[in-house]
Amino acid sequence: MLIRKPADIRYSEITPKRIYMNRRNFLAGVPAAFLGARELLSPSAQALAGTKLPNVQKSKYTVDEKQNSYKDVSTYNNYYEFGTDKSQPSENAQNFKTAPWAVSVEGLCNKPRKFTMEEILSLAPLEERVYRHRCVEAWSIVVPWVGYSLSALLNKVEPTSKAKYVAFETFFDRRQMPHAAGLEFPYVEGLRLDEAMHPLTLLCTGMFGETLPPQDGAPVRMILPWKYGFKSVKSIVKIRLVGSQPPTSWNLTNPPEYGFYSNVNPRVDHPRWSQGSERRLGEFRKRATLMFNGYGDQVASLYNGMDLKKNY
Amino acid sequence: MLKKRWTKVLVFAAGLAPIFWLCWRAWNQNLSANPIEFITRYTGDWTIRFIVLTLAVTPLRKVLGLPDLIRFRRMIGLYAFFYGTLHFITYIWLDKFFDLGDMLRDVAKRPFITAGFTAFLLMLPLAVTSTAGWIRRMGGKRWQLLHRLIYVTGIAGVVHYYWLVKSDIRLPAMYGALVGVLLFYRAAVWARKRSPGAAVKRPVAISFGGLRDNP
Repeated sequence: MLIRKPADIRYSEITPKRIYMNRRNFLAGVPAAFLGARELLSPSAQALAGTKLPNVQKSKYTVDEKQNSYKDVSTYNNYYEFGTDKSQPSENAQNFKTAPWAVSVEGLCNKPRKFTMEEILSLAPLEERVYRHRCVEAWSIVVPWVGYSLSALLNKVEPTSKAKYVAFETFFDRRQMPHAAGLEFPYVEGLRLDEAMHPLTLLCTGMFGETLPPQDGAPVRMILPWKYGFKSVKSIVKIRLVGSQPPTSWNLTNPPEYGFYSNVNPRVDHPRWSQGSERRLGEFRKRATLMFNGYGDQVASLYNGMDLKKNY
Repeated sequence: MLKKRWTKVLVFAAGLAPIFWLCWRAWNQNLSANPIEFITRYTGDWTIRFIVLTLAVTPLRKVLGLPDLIRFRRMIGLYAFFYGTLHFITYIWLDKFFDLGDMLRDVAKRPFITAGFTAFLLMLPLAVTSTAGWIRRMGGKRWQLLHRLIYVTGIAGVVHYYWLVKSDIRLPAMYGALVGVLLFYRAAVWARKRSPGAAVKRPVAISFGGLRDNP
């Protein structure tokens, strides 16, 4: 059994740095103290959904940048199954049932089977990876995710030589997700097999050292740090190895605006807005967007010889 | 009751409520993880709401038989301009930080910015000429003609909203439907007046006559 007693101090129990740094303001009067006290209480209340994940190792796939707060990452979400406003998932997903959970891995492979959540958590050592995360809407965050490379899971089922792509399907249940809007559900996504096998491609089961809160895609999701956020599907129930390019939700909704690859690319604008810059949450001025979100050294070779304007 | 002086105070206070609520949330650091986006959306939402309310005054007067509603039209219209101005300032200051080049690229690249800018620009002359003095100077007919620009603002505002959402078009569609109904009402009235069978021709002055109680 992996999840045992909650050990050590959790991220959520540490006084947020913002409060700590503002301790003079904090003392500067009754109203300020009142507001500060509310700030102090709310993050830990929110984090109660998470259970500390034990034995999480550090990873070399980590950026040394200022991380966003747990509150930022857990209250500003695009998860249309729980509503199309950024604040809605954190409100509407709290009773989302994430246990028991299983992920079916099937299709063109020798050993298709279902993996229970317990199996997924113990299949490979959990690593903490601090990744940049860039949304197609031109905002970005830095998050300490927990998980391991998807390749560890895919290797277990032994993809055949016919498998060229990986198709993801996410959970959908109208009764649990009455606010779902804006897209066809269930949400589907896909990767080329070599993208899916890339070490950066993270099968993610936690963040900030804890299991994922429901609004961030609990219990298991993808993280593809060099692609726009919508490629990183949440609450996965099925992974299929297939021979041809699978359909993807945003592409189905609006083909000219969202392509299959959706690599972060400051030189290829969204038809309705520039992708040249982004707002890192917590920063006032915008910053330049990096090619492949700064992961070019690792992933650019996947796209050698491809016209990235055409394959947006 | 609508003639009472305090009703105007009430509408004035109600119009300020959204900005006070925004300030309260800012004070509480409760503007989401992306405050600039939050403020932009919030002020934009209230701009289009006040535009719809402005457009609703005349039909509601007629349909509900409450001619005194005219007393509030200028104030509601000015609130649309007020929130529109805040929305515009949020964009050029907080979002673009007065980077003119970036803004021009935006206008070229993002037609929804152009639509929004058009909607805002057309409100400017209406705000300037909103006083009784300007009505007198321009003459009621010409003043009224100018102020029909609010129809274009309404349409451009809806287009602006519709073009900026990613996929969930429910809200822009709702505002589109509201503006559509309110403009259709005017078209229907106009068509009926022009039809040969139109019984009584109402004096034009009635639709802004209520302004006379303002000094």
